[in-house]
Amino acid sequence: MVENPGSPLHQPLLHESAQRHASGEAKYVDDFPAPAGMLVAQAAGGSHARGRIRSVDISKAKLVPGVVAVLTARDIPGQNNVGPVIHDEELLASQQVHFLGQPVVLVVAESLEACRAGVAAVKIDLEASAPIVTIEQAIAAGSWLSDEHRMQRGDVGAALATADVRFQGEVRTGGQDHFYLETQVTLAIPEENRALKLYCSTQHPSEVQAIVAHVLHCGRHQVVVEVPRMGGGFGGKETQAAPWAAMAALAALKTGRPVKVWLNRDQDMLLTGKRHPFLTKFDVGFSKDGTLVGLDAQLVSDGGFSNDLSRAILDRALFHSDNGYFLPHVRLTGRVAKTNLPSNTAFRGFGGPQGMALIEDLISRFCERTGLDPVEVRRKNFYGAAPRNLTPYWQEVKDNRLPRIFDELLASSDYTKRRAEVAAFNAKSTSSKRGLALTPVKFGISFTTGFLNQAGALVVLYADGTVQLNHGGTEMGQGLHTKMLAICAHELGVLPENVRVMNTSTEKVPNTSATAASSGADLNGQAVKNACETLRSRLAPIAARLLGGADERELVFRGGHVFLGEHPEQWVAFDALTSEAHLAQVSMSATGFYRTPDITFDRNSGRGKPFHYFAYGAAVCEVELSALTGEHRLRRVDILHDVGNSLAPTIDRGQIEGAFIQGVGWLTSEELRFDAQGFLRTHSPDTYKIPAFGDAPREFHVALLQNAAQYDVVHGSKAVGEPPLMLALAVVAALRDAVTAFGPKGREVKLDMPCTAEALLFAVEAQRQ
Amino acid sequence: MTLLRYLRDRKQLTGTKEGCAEGDCGACSVAIAELGADGQPVWRSVNSCLVMLPMLQGKHVLTVEALKQGEAYHPAQVSMTKALGSQCGYCTPGIVMSMFEATYRKDLDAPWKLDDQLCGNLCRCTGYRPIRDAAEEVAGTCPNDGFTPAKPESMELAYEAHGQRFVTPGTFEALWQELDAHPDARFVVGGTDLCLEVTKKFAVIPKLVSLEGLTELKQVSETDAFFRIGSGVSIAELETFSATRLPSLHRMVRYFAARQIKHRGTVGGNLCTASPIGDLPPALISLGATAVIRGRGGERRVLLEQFFVGYRKTALATKELLVAVEVPRPASSARAVCYKVSKRRELDISTVSAGFYVDTDGEGVVTVARLAYGGMAATTLRAAGAEAALVGKAWSAQNVALAAKALATDFTPLSDHRGSAAYRSLVAANLLRGFFDETLEVRQPPLGSQHVATVQSAEEVRHG
Ligand SMILES: Cc1cc2nc3c(=O)[nH]c(=O)nc-3n(C[C@H](O)[C@H](O)[C@H](O)COP(=O)(O)OP(=O)(O)OC[C@H]3O[C@@H](n4cnc5c(N)ncnc54)[C@H](O)[C@@H]3O)c2cc1C
Ligand code: FES
Ligand code: FES
Repeated sequence: MVENPGSPLHQPLLHESAQRHASGEAKYVDDFPAPAGMLVAQAAGGSHARGRIRSVDISKAKLVPGVVAVLTARDIPGQNNVGPVIHDEELLASQQVHFLGQPVVLVVAESLEACRAGVAAVKIDLEASAPIVTIEQAIAAGSWLSDEHRMQRGDVGAALATADVRFQGEVRTGGQDHFYLETQVTLAIPEENRALKLYCSTQHPSEVQAIVAHVLHCGRHQVVVEVPRMGGGFGGKETQAAPWAAMAALAALKTGRPVKVWLNRDQDMLLTGKRHPFLTKFDVGFSKDGTLVGLDAQLVSDGGFSNDLSRAILDRALFHSDNGYFLPHVRLTGRVAKTNLPSNTAFRGFGGPQGMALIEDLISRFCERTGLDPVEVRRKNFYGAAPRNLTPYWQEVKDNRLPRIFDELLASSDYTKRRAEVAAFNAKSTSSKRGLALTPVKFGISFTTGFLNQAGALVVLYADGTVQLNHGGTEMGQGLHTKMLAICAHELGVLPENVRVMNTSTEKVPNTSATAASSGADLNGQAVKNACETLRSRLAPIAARLLGGADERELVFRGGHVFLGEHPEQWVAFDALTSEAHLAQVSMSATGFYRTPDITFDRNSGRGKPFHYFAYGAAVCEVELSALTGEHRLRRVDILHDVGNSLAPTIDRGQIEGAFIQGVGWLTSEELRFDAQGFLRTHSPDTYKIPAFGDAPREFHVALLQNAAQYDVVHGSKAVGEPPLMLALAVVAALRDAVTAFGPKGREVKLDMPCTAEALLFAVEAQRQ
Repeated sequence: MTLLRYLRDRKQLTGTKEGCAEGDCGACSVAIAELGADGQPVWRSVNSCLVMLPMLQGKHVLTVEALKQGEAYHPAQVSMTKALGSQCGYCTPGIVMSMFEATYRKDLDAPWKLDDQLCGNLCRCTGYRPIRDAAEEVAGTCPNDGFTPAKPESMELAYEAHGQRFVTPGTFEALWQELDAHPDARFVVGGTDLCLEVTKKFAVIPKLVSLEGLTELKQVSETDAFFRIGSGVSIAELETFSATRLPSLHRMVRYFAARQIKHRGTVGGNLCTASPIGDLPPALISLGATAVIRGRGGERRVLLEQFFVGYRKTALATKELLVAVEVPRPASSARAVCYKVSKRRELDISTVSAGFYVDTDGEGVVTVARLAYGGMAATTLRAAGAEAALVGKAWSAQNVALAAKALATDFTPLSDHRGSAAYRSLVAANLLRGFFDETLEVRQPPLGSQHVATVQSAEEVRHG
């Protein structure tokens, strides 16, 4: 079919809900009017992070006015388990508590006030033991959630032994709270015959459905989970919506009344998992000219108290410890530490950022030590022609776009000239110095657990030519619905205003994967396309008949009409066609399905092709850093990012900018401070600082790589959700560059991530020693 | 009950969101009609999560739902939509309300002022660039859209329900009577400190006396010798006032919370909360301010540095209130700057703050040195040792370095989640050194729009 000029595809689209966002009419779960008789539920937890439960006394709580039910593990009809992959996480703790505030008792009441009073009246007696709250403590105690996972190629020992430049050390990255503006929330409504309807803010409605069914001991057919939209997810609502949803469901089943579970900000931050902090020990070798010759690294992540998705996240960190660079000899091992903290979970990038932070830091350190030009060292190490095209997990890198991106970005950002300006500034200035850096991103697209790479859609046509579009993905602000609507309108040749994207619901598309791994548009887009193709093929014979027996292959569906080939004068209106199809007894709903071909990975050997393709990008960042306070300002950012042939360039630009700034937060101002008791001291925006308005650079140039259609992805596009977050590593490299200017040449900067003002000030002090 | 909970739970006006219930995210922003500097009513965005319903007595409130009239969207909404200023949309209604205020502000004439207007609104999705674009498009356009703010009526009120009492006296006499009858009542003004006890700790405060009805407290006046700033003056008003008269104070006020809080928070509230990391105490102490305290029996004056008697403790006796602070006019020969170091530049509490005021004679010898620090001890304190090291000596880099060394004996700061003791000590000394450099040419320099740190280099001061 010829490219469709009247199609919304590849156009500068607005967000499908934009007007309703701005008017306040967009409804989120907590905005729904309370159904008659609605109760609220809140969990009571213990006051130690680790301990054996000696006794639980709920008698006083039951007497609190307004309290309707007080539930414990014994009240759970099915399995007391909400662990998503490995079943190691109780819904309500029965014997032991593993982190501070872990839910033990569920109080259900008429109002939040009554509920809080009920929670306060619960007595949980714990035999406490010393909690493990850092990775170092976990390593010392041998406290692990996983075995060691390994990827290797070549002879790293020999390579390091003969390397011109070799050094060892540690790299640390911090955790990060998702800080979605909408906190966790579920409304559960009991229906006829012990069925349940859940309105839930989750990226993974099918898993919520499955877990609720497990907990309640019923079939999944008894549970419908519907997601209107989320006020942000970022991975935090992939697995971690489920416990709260299961509590609401349990309470609704027990009381026979609708129940809402909503976490306030403090509860959300104290009780839900975050991005995994990592501690990596490394031994790295380079040749004199800056070519990487070997890397031996042991990555340890802080998984919190249970597995959740930690193993897959650790794997993805290993998969990205190369970023865009060829490692001739490499040994990467990874292990998840168990601590007495909330269970850490998915967060945009899913381990990828932590892996990339490692290699980018090593290259920065090498350049600090040797004085070689970081841009040249980075470029020199890019994947190239065989044999320099093999990743540590033995997937070949084809179609490497980084050299092209580097060249274009160096030119568009005026890098060379600015490098000289920075040097000139630094020569004059004593109290502050500037830094400039360019770093690349190569990010693997696909769920690394192969079977998850599937998606479904259900497209429903009405006789008047209007369309309801259901697909398995959820909308959390990333613009997935906007893109799916565009694909649907494009494929059916209808006007966008005649397509309505329905709430995501497990009763429309079953057994879905999470909207995660940046895969939402890739997978669901293909499924939507597939469903629309089915409908088109059913409508085509009717259209051909209406057009006087035309050849079906010549029909063009476009802009609310069906045309006969290149004859703009010969057409039938789409609504006339659907009404005729209805009379002709044609089925007008169709499902669509897609699975990504050729995804294989053998975890034991550490070899395979875990990714369908790679997304690429690069950023140039310029900073200025004060040696008096450690404060800095991001002066200018230039980004060139590869989204293939963008489905919606405006939406993709928004993803790039938003992800970048979120990455900047992770790497600079966002600091999770747990005390020795496992209490999160920074549990609200008062003390936990995500970027604010003034942190966004005034000069912020974002461009999409042009003429970059991606083979075998829907309409030549590429995934965009996660990869640009890692562009923020250029800020760290630029800050390190600025720190070097305070000291003599050849000295490695001592700086962990996040690069807070305090960390930076001490890095400057160390540099000056 | 807070306005936010009232809107959402009682009125089903769910466009206004709760993101934190502590004034830190802006998702709950609404517009309230207040009197502007010229006595005309103007729209002001505030955090509905920190406003108790009785505080709205006599006031006109707009929520986001009011902005769309029929099918017509307000320009703030149109610009946000077109710029792709929303992704998940949860922050959007609050941002629209801050932009709504911005459309009627004529003074947003520099890019950084837009950031200042909007930095009370966090967005986790967009990275802010599109929102900034949208704001640039509508700020100051004053659309003729029929949203005329009504003039606030009298706030006088006596209200009792569910065992809670809220009284807003309109006169001092009524205030004294209320205090005689209820000596255990607590004062409230903007509520940006006090309401946190309710929204975060779920405290029930049985008796509140709001000072918002006492118009005298909102006055600012000046004599040849000093400025008198009423305790009920909002931080936003203080910002405007100090811009031309007290440039050092202005620098502190610029990074005091964010717009919504500045509208509600007051000078008196900030001082009487007596937080060791409050921003006005070091600024005003450095300027040599005096607290004016009033009880039924009359007024007394206390030097502000003696007003803070311990951690969150003031020199106020029961039934006394702070009515004003008197700030001597800074000498034109004096060097004066206030500094605030926090994890994030905007909308953050200080890790370390400082107010410096140093005057010299014709020979360049220091005659007055007031170095007040926040975040270094349980209260805001002057650095006695460092000051002593300066007074009577030449104002030189060498002597400043000696004074900075003396800070080590003046303070033994604590480590907490905002910063370690070592960081605080180092920064405290660096601020003093930086102050010397920054004031070499201009003695009370303003803050540039893209400044890197709270202390500017001499170069930055030169180029603005
Ligand atoms: C999100 C957020 C950000 C903030 N950022 C900052 C910041 O950057 N810097 C900073 O310093 N503060 C900050 N604050 C704290 C607060 O906003 C200020 O302290 C503000 O000035 C308090 O004024 P208020 O009128 O709201 O006080 P209220 O809450 O009304 O009162 C505070 C206390 O003072 C007492 N009081 C008030 N007025 C008087 C009076 N005239 N006489 C006697 N007692 C009185 C009250 O009884 C109460 O105990 C922030 C607060 C929030 C919520
Ligand atoms: S809810 Fe966050 S500022 Fe009010
Ligand atoms: S659009 Fe999601 S928080 Fe702003």
